[in-house]
Amino acid sequence: MTELTCIVCPIGCRIRVNEEFETLNITGNRCPRGAVYAKNEIIAPKRILTAVVKVAGINEMLSVKTSEDIPKEKIFTAMQEIKKIIVDHPVKIGQVIKRNLVGTNVDLVATKNISSP
Amino acid sequence: MYLPQVDVLIIGAGIVGAALARELSRYELEVLLIDKEADVSFGTSKANSGIVHSGIHDQPGTLKAMLSVKGCKLYPEMAAQLGFLYKQNGALVVARSTDEMGALEELCHNGHANGVNNIDLLTKEDLGKLESNLAQDLAGGVLVPSGGIVVPFDLVFALTENAIANGVKLMVNTEAQMISIGKEGFLVNTNRGAIRTKTIVNAAGLYGGKVAAMIGDDSIMIYPRKGEEYLLDRKLEGLVYRTVFPLPSKVSKGILVIPTVDGNIMLGPTAQRVKNHDSSTTISGWNQIYSEVKTLVPTLNPTDLITAFAGLRAVANTGDFIVSPSPISTRFINAVGIESPGLTAAPAMAKYITDLIRETGLSLKLKREFNPERSIVRMRDLSQTEQAAMIRKDPAYARIVCRCEMVSEGEIRDALHRGATTLDGVKLRTRSGMGRCQGGFCTPKIIRIISEELGLAPDEITKKGLGSQLLYGWLRDETGSCIREEEELHA
Amino acid sequence: MPRTIRTDLVVIGGGPAGLTAAISAAESGVKNIILIERQSKLGGILSQCIHNGFGLRYFNQELTGPEYAQRFIDELTSFPQIEVKLNTMVIQLGSNHRVVTVNDLEGLVCYQATAIILAMGCRERPRGAINIPGTRPAGIYTAGTIQHLMNIDGYLPGKEAVVLGSGDIGLIMARRLTLEGVRVRAVLELMAYSNGLNRNIVQCLEDYEIPLFLSHTVTKIYGDKRIQGVKAAPVDENHNPILERVFTLLCDTLVLSVGLIPENELSLMAGIGLDPTTKGPLVDSSYQTTVSGIFACGNVVHVHDLVDDVSEESKVTGRAAAAYVLGQKTLMRQVKFKIGRNIRSIVPQSLFIDGQTTIYIRAEYPETDAILKVGKGKARQRVVSPGETIRYLVKPEDVHDYNEFVPVSIEGGESS
Repeated sequence: MTELTCIVCPIGCRIRVNEEFETLNITGNRCPRGAVYAKNEIIAPKRILTAVVKVAGINEMLSVKTSEDIPKEKIFTAMQEIKKIIVDHPVKIGQVIKRNLVGTNVDLVATKNISSP
Repeated sequence: MYLPQVDVLIIGAGIVGAALARELSRYELEVLLIDKEADVSFGTSKANSGIVHSGIHDQPGTLKAMLSVKGCKLYPEMAAQLGFLYKQNGALVVARSTDEMGALEELCHNGHANGVNNIDLLTKEDLGKLESNLAQDLAGGVLVPSGGIVVPFDLVFALTENAIANGVKLMVNTEAQMISIGKEGFLVNTNRGAIRTKTIVNAAGLYGGKVAAMIGDDSIMIYPRKGEEYLLDRKLEGLVYRTVFPLPSKVSKGILVIPTVDGNIMLGPTAQRVKNHDSSTTISGWNQIYSEVKTLVPTLNPTDLITAFAGLRAVANTGDFIVSPSPISTRFINAVGIESPGLTAAPAMAKYITDLIRETGLSLKLKREFNPERSIVRMRDLSQTEQAAMIRKDPAYARIVCRCEMVSEGEIRDALHRGATTLDGVKLRTRSGMGRCQGGFCTPKIIRIISEELGLAPDEITKKGLGSQLLYGWLRDETGSCIREEEELHA
Repeated sequence: MPRTIRTDLVVIGGGPAGLTAAISAAESGVKNIILIERQSKLGGILSQCIHNGFGLRYFNQELTGPEYAQRFIDELTSFPQIEVKLNTMVIQLGSNHRVVTVNDLEGLVCYQATAIILAMGCRERPRGAINIPGTRPAGIYTAGTIQHLMNIDGYLPGKEAVVLGSGDIGLIMARRLTLEGVRVRAVLELMAYSNGLNRNIVQCLEDYEIPLFLSHTVTKIYGDKRIQGVKAAPVDENHNPILERVFTLLCDTLVLSVGLIPENELSLMAGIGLDPTTKGPLVDSSYQTTVSGIFACGNVVHVHDLVDDVSEESKVTGRAAAAYVLGQKTLMRQVKFKIGRNIRSIVPQSLFIDGQTTIYIRAEYPETDAILKVGKGKARQRVVSPGETIRYLVKPEDVHDYNEFVPVSIEGGESS
């Protein structure tokens, strides 16, 4: 039996996962998203990654996020790739900064606007 | 910077060195002031309590007594000329019980013996009328109106800037390492080159003994005595108006309640002999201070603390200042062991040392173009009309960087032009970062301004000089693959 | 004397509280609104909160801080009656509704406003306020400052860090530092429990195997020029360090996440009454302060754990300020809350007994299976945690039987 804390929303339900034969018996979640999270967390944990990226010629960093969650074990390789990126201004919120980040099929997108000086 | 020959080399740009530099700048002399730290005042002086003592405490007949009484009298005119923060708020020495009243009277006699004439003996009722927040159970006190308060580093900056404006040269990050004596003077080796000078004044504070030993003078023994100070929020301004002293102990004037010129309440200092230049604040130091000041002003509350610091007094083993030519060479003048009342004494000590310099045979001719005045912009002290005028001159004065102390970008840049090269140098010249958020909001902005004005990379910007870097570099390398994506993701 | 401009409403602060309040006031019919912001961009603290977790309640979506702020910044364009003043600092506020501002384009300008909304947010508690002994080297930063240095300015602040304080900001920065290659040696927490959201314990500490030391504190900072390490120790039930068990943590960076204090210097200047527990203004359920026509919302009133609550609250505030400007008087009976068992603070501190009002409650200590009682109203609280705001919707029947004071308490629980 595994106990884990759901991170989908700020409530943080304490969820219990029992592996019975080939199914997972999930209890403790207050909403269906929690069940999905618990299942993924046992089988293939994923996280949303947020970071910053350099913008050429601008003194302000561009905040970015992965458009969906990515495998937890790929977080640091994703950071390595993010560190190499330099983006041109202007940048619009939602703009794709890098497609298919470290082969996850998930894009890295801008979360703020940066205008040209 | 290599100067072939100077008349006077002052080693140490603390309060003594700075006051002397300003005094000597009145004369046609080549004067060089050096300090091993990144900025002036960065040794003991910046942690000084900032009290201009009246002179009642000192033992009659000592240099301390003579120079403090004289020095105290010089402050009002000096403050008007140099534009440093100063208030003649008066000193209040209180007796906690009737047992102490005898000692209080002795203090009065001592003061009279030192030439301090204006000393008022106060009853319990008088005390209550003067200061409403004092403890109700104090037995009585003594008011000395000549006492005052300054911001010690602000004073050192003012003296140094005026000295430089009048021709004195300053070299910071410059440490004297070796001195050889020649016929015409000295050759001083520093980490930044050699200096020839006719006269040396050793104002090296905690390192006074070390510098004296460089010419073979082993008579000077300086040991550090630590004093911790605790600062309370400026909203307590007016809690006390005068500086409140208990009766002095054998070692120090006691733990005080100090209303700073800027409006904070400062509590301290302790007096503790330490090893290894340990300047850490301690729980026991706070406990000692808090338990003592509560008996003077009972409403003091630790929830109002905003910061604490400690300084190291440079104490000589003689019990008095050592201001005299060295037995090894009469052109090497020691001005060391300048513990309390060193700050008070400094302007008078500067004149005293000038006389000693004259006695070495150096000709002292007054400069005709000496300008005794100096002023800086402090936006928060200006009226709104004056502020508007400054803003018209330079819009940088309208961009507020430190919101707790109302300091503008214009003043930050001025500080960098006035000689600051570090975050503390900017902070101490402008008060930015000294308010209730203690730099939480303004530090990133100031770092940016420092890097622009001085052309420094992130890891070159320091808090107080070499080794105190604030940052380790950029998060992202400047080189990288440049990616431009035209597509947008529809949310 | 700076020139004076008359206006209907001045909103001080362009973060989530000020943005929402200004928009709400405009929607409610106010014609002239000045929104004052001291930074060069709108968004307030959200601009540097690049992590997600914002908007789950308000937008039913998980957004990052800048994205959440942008929703409101975009909405502003539909309201030409809101004039935004960036890079502008308020230097004086009077109970007579005079707001003196300064910026480098216009110099000193005074606004004479019919109503004012205070939305200045919070500042962080510095080292000096908790009196950590030791030296004063470089490398000591509060979490928000280090967040700005990294996320906005792009600096690397250090290489090995210790975090003091396990509130959300401390936890978020522990993760942020780790992702940027900084070794976070430990997070120390004075209390026996973390103040932060459970999800942050998981995704900021457990994910990165960063040790959390509950009931611990920093007892000394050492290092002369740059911090070289800290001494840490467990604490007893009175939060005093057990010095016999002191240990050393080497680091070059100390991150302090030891509390937020509402930024009320302007409020004090205007003579507004403050609640000594929240350190924010005393407000009624329309978020009006003790000075008529001056309202307050957001973190300046009390520290929120979710920005969604800030937006809800600020909507109410904007509407109320609009009603004030438009001369719509409400003559309603007010009741005050009386704080009972396990209640640390309640905002608003008083209530008009009309309609339904959400109140925000903070508990003193953790409990499970408890009941929140608000007057005659009750709500089960399965988990009570001091770090998490309890929201309760007050209905008129909960309070209309009370004359002056409505008791609020948390009862019948088991300590966790």
